[in-house]
Amino acid sequence: MAEKTFQVVGIESSSDNEKIQKPSLTFWQDAWRRLKLNKVAVVSMWFLIAISVFTIVMVPFLSQQQANKFNPNEIATYKDLPPKSGLPIPGWEGKHDGDDLYSDQNVPAGKNFILGTDDTGRSVAKRVIVGIRISLTIAIVASLGDLIIGVSFGVFSAWKGGWIDLILQRFIEILSSVPFIVIVTLFTLLLGAGIWSVIISLILTGWINMARQIRAQTLSVKEQDYVLAATVLGERPLKIAMKHIIPNISSTIIVQLMMTIPQAITSEAILSALGLGVQPPTSSLGSMINDARDEIQYYPYLVLIPGTFLVLISLAFYLFGDGLRDAFDPKSGDSGD
Amino acid sequence: MAKYILKRILMMVLTVFIVTALTFVMMQWMPGSPFNNPKLSASQIAQLSKQYGLSKPIWQQFLNYLVNAAHFNFGTSYINTGQSVSLMISQRLPVSMELGIQALILGVPLGMYIGTYQAMRKNTARDYSLSIITLFFTALPDFLLGMLLMLFFAIDMPIFPITGWNSWMSSVLPTLALGMGVIAFVARFTRSQTLETLDSDQIQLAYAKGLDEGQVIMKHAVRNSLIPVLTLLGPLTAGLLTGSALIETIFSIPGIGNQFVSSISSKDYPVIMGTTIVYTILLQVMILLGDIATAIADPRIRLGGKD
Amino acid sequence: MTDKKLLEVKNLNLAFNPGNANEVKAIDNVSFDIYEGEVFGLVGESGSGKTTIGRTILKLYEPQSGEIHFEGKDVLKMKSVELRSFRKDAQMIFQDPQASLNGRMKVKDIIAEGIDIHHLAKNKEDRDNQVEHLLELVGLNKDHSSRYPYEFSGGQRQRIGIARALAVRPKFIIADEPISALDVSIQAQVVNLMKQLQKQEKLTYLFIAHDLSMVKYISDRIGVMHWGKILEIGTSDEVYGNPIHPYTKSLLSAIPIPDPQEELSRKPIEYDPTSETDGKKREMHEITPGHFVFSTDEEAAEFARG
Ligand SMILES: Nc1ncnc2c1ncn2[C@@H]1O[C@H](COP(=O)(O)OP(=O)(O)O)[C@@H](O)[C@H]1O
Ligand SMILES: [Mg+2]
Repeated sequence: MAEKTFQVVGIESSSDNEKIQKPSLTFWQDAWRRLKLNKVAVVSMWFLIAISVFTIVMVPFLSQQQANKFNPNEIATYKDLPPKSGLPIPGWEGKHDGDDLYSDQNVPAGKNFILGTDDTGRSVAKRVIVGIRISLTIAIVASLGDLIIGVSFGVFSAWKGGWIDLILQRFIEILSSVPFIVIVTLFTLLLGAGIWSVIISLILTGWINMARQIRAQTLSVKEQDYVLAATVLGERPLKIAMKHIIPNISSTIIVQLMMTIPQAITSEAILSALGLGVQPPTSSLGSMINDARDEIQYYPYLVLIPGTFLVLISLAFYLFGDGLRDAFDPKSGDSGD
Repeated sequence: MAKYILKRILMMVLTVFIVTALTFVMMQWMPGSPFNNPKLSASQIAQLSKQYGLSKPIWQQFLNYLVNAAHFNFGTSYINTGQSVSLMISQRLPVSMELGIQALILGVPLGMYIGTYQAMRKNTARDYSLSIITLFFTALPDFLLGMLLMLFFAIDMPIFPITGWNSWMSSVLPTLALGMGVIAFVARFTRSQTLETLDSDQIQLAYAKGLDEGQVIMKHAVRNSLIPVLTLLGPLTAGLLTGSALIETIFSIPGIGNQFVSSISSKDYPVIMGTTIVYTILLQVMILLGDIATAIADPRIRLGGKD
Repeated sequence: MTDKKLLEVKNLNLAFNPGNANEVKAIDNVSFDIYEGEVFGLVGESGSGKTTIGRTILKLYEPQSGEIHFEGKDVLKMKSVELRSFRKDAQMIFQDPQASLNGRMKVKDIIAEGIDIHHLAKNKEDRDNQVEHLLELVGLNKDHSSRYPYEFSGGQRQRIGIARALAVRPKFIIADEPISALDVSIQAQVVNLMKQLQKQEKLTYLFIAHDLSMVKYISDRIGVMHWGKILEIGTSDEVYGNPIHPYTKSLLSAIPIPDPQEELSRKPIEYDPTSETDGKKREMHEITPGHFVFSTDEEAAEFARG
């Protein structure tokens, strides 16, 4: 065998060995840099952080029971009061058609309800805070459920391939062709209404989307050479999924999660409107809207206040999710480099 | 083609069968269901036992139940005593279909137009504003939009009737309430589809051949994103079934959705079970129509070998 | 190089999407042996089935028929314990340095993946030491073990891939076009490294390439592939100096000659593949000792006459 060393003309062969390219940004740092350029997404992110921090901080100060409680003897005094800020802001002075309802109903001076009260005299502000807490909790727990089931199912189906994948795909197809309203009605009737049955209903209908996305992503990642390398090294499939596949589809998972949460918030509201949601006296954003439905003519703020929070929170999740997707996938964004 | 349609119909029958079996399970074990409702009168119980053969073994009951369901015989309502459920549904179904079709006619073309427009003006201020608007209507549930429309355009400004379904005017607000979500959904889908096609080699080739932008969009992009929109027929219908149930309730429209919601609160099981099966069939048919339309519109799609 | 066969491939057949309209016969009745300690080069144009052969040998694909023996054991029937030790003995180096390293893992964890799987390190310190040793072995700075792959150049990444394969102390390595994605300036370094490692660690290589010149430099024997079949096998010098099959001749005639004077007079030979589709029965014939050509009996007699 020839002992000469192979040389390509005009090349100094030591150049490659020691030098390391200038450290560039990691995937996450790069995505973060791009996300920061998207103002709408950043504002949405801070809005969501502020709302979550506020509802969490309020936990020790405001329990669900406090928001539900009312004094039967004082209903006449406190019922149906419009929002009153205590400041001379037009439309926020506790008046209805010019009447000062606070003095009409002999509300003690200095007692203001900044978001008004409902028909049993409960503070709408308190109920909204608890409502946001419950709606967000339901949506996040349900979305995490979607995530766990969807990711396991999607990765498994794509990894196995062949007839297993085929059968699982048919299963998903059948399940997704049963109307949402049918699934949630049957299951809530079976389980009985309540927070947990809402969560289970949402997971039952919500995981499919996640599973589809994850399957498609896994199909492309599993052909990557580093996955083959791990197989050749003798890595077990479960380990390959945890070490190689899931970390490399994490951006899809996160974006999908951000898109699932607002869908769950909406679905919770729909369940409430169907009479299958969170049951009184517990408040969620959906149940508050639904409870006030018949009084919208007289007390529109009872619908408008929880409705505004519901739409703002959902919108913020969607905008943030969109921003994340663009940040993770530079091709779809506009921030050039 | 025939083989494909046959296969899809088999899937459809299987799905309806599964849902029917589920409702049977519900009937068996739910407290207050027709099979174990202590409040029923003696004559009602006698009638039910005759219809479902309650004294027979469970598998025979199931068969019986299936045969009845296949004949759209869901028994009689608890609340409107003596009324046949299938009659109640068939009288109200046309109203719901009318509402749903109006929403589709409003939403699909407009959504496609907006989505294509956005794709052509990608990353401009108009594109961003439209994206935020469509996201807003995605975040706003149909029924809440319905309540707001009612508040603003029927109560505060009494332009449209508050409730009912008896004139053209009375259908405007419910159609809008349902249709805005359709517009938003279709627009978002069309935008991303069109961007994808505009990126494709075929389109780049068309540009290279010297076609101008308008021609390219019309000839290729619109045609290429029209086909995927057909596949939305299923998901859109699923959304409309839920949406219309609530919108009908809010605007007191005499459709099956309204009846379904009140049957849930009054635990009128025969109506719940009948509507559930009708809903499932409706969605199945729409998905099938969407798939067939896709197959006809795009011969390249290999039938049966989807995904 | 010894006379002991490390790998025997017999009548291997593999088709993708069998029975479908888009069926591809990627491996067509291929047989060859690789001896312990040698470098066997496999050349052929893109799409000729080289990668598929490599991956089938490592049990990444399931062939329709044929046999693969590694150290006398049937690879296709391996299970549990046997498979585990095969996974340690036979490794792979990949073509695309971008795709072959998981970007979410640190270099030391990439290299130590095999060490972890086969429990080759006594403790964390031992593991770190082994990784440092491997980094030095492939000519990388051992201080870079906490970095992520994207911080490295293509050539450096390929070295990391080599270190990952070496970590489990394999006997046999399949290198699937390990340099074709690299800058020309880096290619020679990586080949030199592989050659040096082969001697140092007493490795056996299946070295896949589409370029005969690089293969000749590193290989002891060469197999020439076309359309899923091996057309010619011989020692490196024989195949290069005395090509017999017309396809090999055409491949050789396509190599540019460094001398500009000679390069001007180089005439590429066109290959006429009709002989592969005429339906006649062909098999490997030994024309001169150790030099096999895929041919009919008549053609073989013709070749033997020279
Ligand atoms: N996973 C696969 N599915 C279907 N066809 C494939 C697959 N992998 C390779 N092929 C086909 O098999 C043939 C051989 O491919 P390959 O082994 O990659 O060739 P090479 O490595 O020599 O370039 C090619 O025609 C290729 O298109
Ligand atoms: Mg290859």
